[in-house]
Amino acid sequence: MNKPLLEIKNLKKYFPIKKGLFNKTAHYLKAVDNVSFTINKGETLGLVGESGCGKTTCGRTIIKLYEPTDGQIIYDGVDIAKFSDKQMLEYRKKMQMIFQDPYASLDPRMTVGDIIGEAIDVHKLMGPKEREERIQYLLNRVGLNSEHASRYPHEFSGGQRQRIGIARALAVQPEFIICDEPISALDVSIQAQVVNMLEDLQSDLGLTYLFIAHDLSMVKHISNRVGVMYLGKLVELADSNELYTKPLHPYTQALLSAIPIPDPDESAKKKRIVLEGEIPSPIDPPPGCRFKNRCRYAKPICSEQEPVFKDMGGGHFVACHLY
Amino acid sequence: MAELKKNTNKNVELKGAKKEDIMSPWKVVKHRLRRNKLAMVGLYTLLFMIILAIFGPIVQKYVFGITMEKIDLYNISAPPSLKHPLGTDEVGRDILTRLMYGGRISLTVGIVAVSISVVIGSIIGGISGYYGGVVDGIIMRLVDIFMCFPFFPLLLMLAAVLSDYKVDPKYRIYFVMIIIGILSWTGLARIVRGQILSLREQEFMQAAEALGLRDRRKIFRHLLPNTFASIIVSATLGIGSAILSESALSYLGLGVTPPYPSWGQMVQVATDYYVMQYEYWKWIPPGVCIFLTVMAINLFGDGLRDALDPKLKR
Repeated sequence: MNKPLLEIKNLKKYFPIKKGLFNKTAHYLKAVDNVSFTINKGETLGLVGESGCGKTTCGRTIIKLYEPTDGQIIYDGVDIAKFSDKQMLEYRKKMQMIFQDPYASLDPRMTVGDIIGEAIDVHKLMGPKEREERIQYLLNRVGLNSEHASRYPHEFSGGQRQRIGIARALAVQPEFIICDEPISALDVSIQAQVVNMLEDLQSDLGLTYLFIAHDLSMVKHISNRVGVMYLGKLVELADSNELYTKPLHPYTQALLSAIPIPDPDESAKKKRIVLEGEIPSPIDPPPGCRFKNRCRYAKPICSEQEPVFKDMGGGHFVACHLY
Repeated sequence: MAELKKNTNKNVELKGAKKEDIMSPWKVVKHRLRRNKLAMVGLYTLLFMIILAIFGPIVQKYVFGITMEKIDLYNISAPPSLKHPLGTDEVGRDILTRLMYGGRISLTVGIVAVSISVVIGSIIGGISGYYGGVVDGIIMRLVDIFMCFPFFPLLLMLAAVLSDYKVDPKYRIYFVMIIIGILSWTGLARIVRGQILSLREQEFMQAAEALGLRDRRKIFRHLLPNTFASIIVSATLGIGSAILSESALSYLGLGVTPPYPSWGQMVQVATDYYVMQYEYWKWIPPGVCIFLTVMAINLFGDGLRDALDPKLKR
């Protein structure tokens, strides 16, 4: 359980912003800036944050859909950050991804069977007969019928499509799956079904998840540990129970106070921390702590020095000058 | 594309199709097309023309013993009669037979020329859109250059070169097809490139990348099939304009040369004032054929575009 499967060290992804006639790089958009964390084998790491904070970019950089600007991605002891497409091919079988939008993530011109079987063809994993069986098995595994293999994506609902997306990710028998907001496009009643299915798959197949979401209660439910991102930085990382009961970073506190409670009396008693100000632009962000302009506890040091991401004991990491 | 799927889904339910039917994207389009009467008129007219062009000359030859070269010396420039339903031309050849044979040539020119332009256009557009950046820049400037060529003067020049080299009339027609095809792929390349630029960013392409698909497979299995809708519409409409180009070339005497007939070349006789005024049977039928065929193609192409348009709501 405690053996790290994936180690991210100082991962950076900067997008150049080009200007002028000769495409000179004028600025960088720092989508992911110096993020480090580890994911242990068999666990689920949740990654939360508001939109635009870089959680999706982080996930896509780890699976190398984006070329990382700097840093290390150590998967099972091997740094794959600088790997070429050819070298990555082997790791494509081990790391897979589930996407956010079930409508855009399936090719509308292919049958469900071909969508799922494509990975098997590409990696030449098995013969045609086994391929059929595998597709049938996967469809059943994610709660669809075997007959659905010959249908097209447009005949399915959002929840069913997301299941197809999950079956596609499972086709190569991966060890590690990045779930990029897999439930945020779904209806609430379907969300629970899909999350439960993901949990079942995890325990049956021994999968490791990086679960990216912005629904805090859902993340608490599925994750062992949770990381909070703000403007390209990881600001807090802790065991999920610990994070939800004892949030240290002012931003995490504000986020958690925004979770709605399904009880009007309780809800009235709760004090909500409302953040003032706007998120600064990730293009050339100001020095010091990135949260300082919205922080209630901001001190002079916050604008001068960038807080270090330090261990507060028991694997509870936080990046704040308060501690 | 997501919209298309939602929309078509609704459409299927509205039509009350059986739940067990597997509605492939093409079947949905077929359903919609069938309800567009004008497009169906176009399709049937076109099919009629094609059947006439294919089987007409065979029937004439083996049933009536008339070929397109056969000269009837007793009936030169004869008006329509029972023996020659559309009359004969100035050397006594049956106009109906020549019309049907000309249809073969005109339709072949249209289809082959468009096939050439579709193949070149979609491959170049696909590469340009997929790789983007410098590759895209270079290819698109090349397309710009090609688009700058004045279409007709260039065709005339090439046709004149063909005449100069005394190319056998039999093979001339193939050169005409290739010339028209090579000069008309640019528009299609731009359409395909534009579509691929947007498709490339869709999540299913990210998924393809995550699965480790090769570039070639990504372009030919995922991207191009998703642009088929616009390729087909543009190709259908392109057939019409290719037929018109060939007609215009042949009318000017630079396309298909006698003894092989084509519709444009048959209309050419109308340049003679006497024929124009008194021998209507020589030029009206081929003119009508060009008009009907091109209009049928355009009607069908428009209908196809409507059937494939995701934003269309009925």
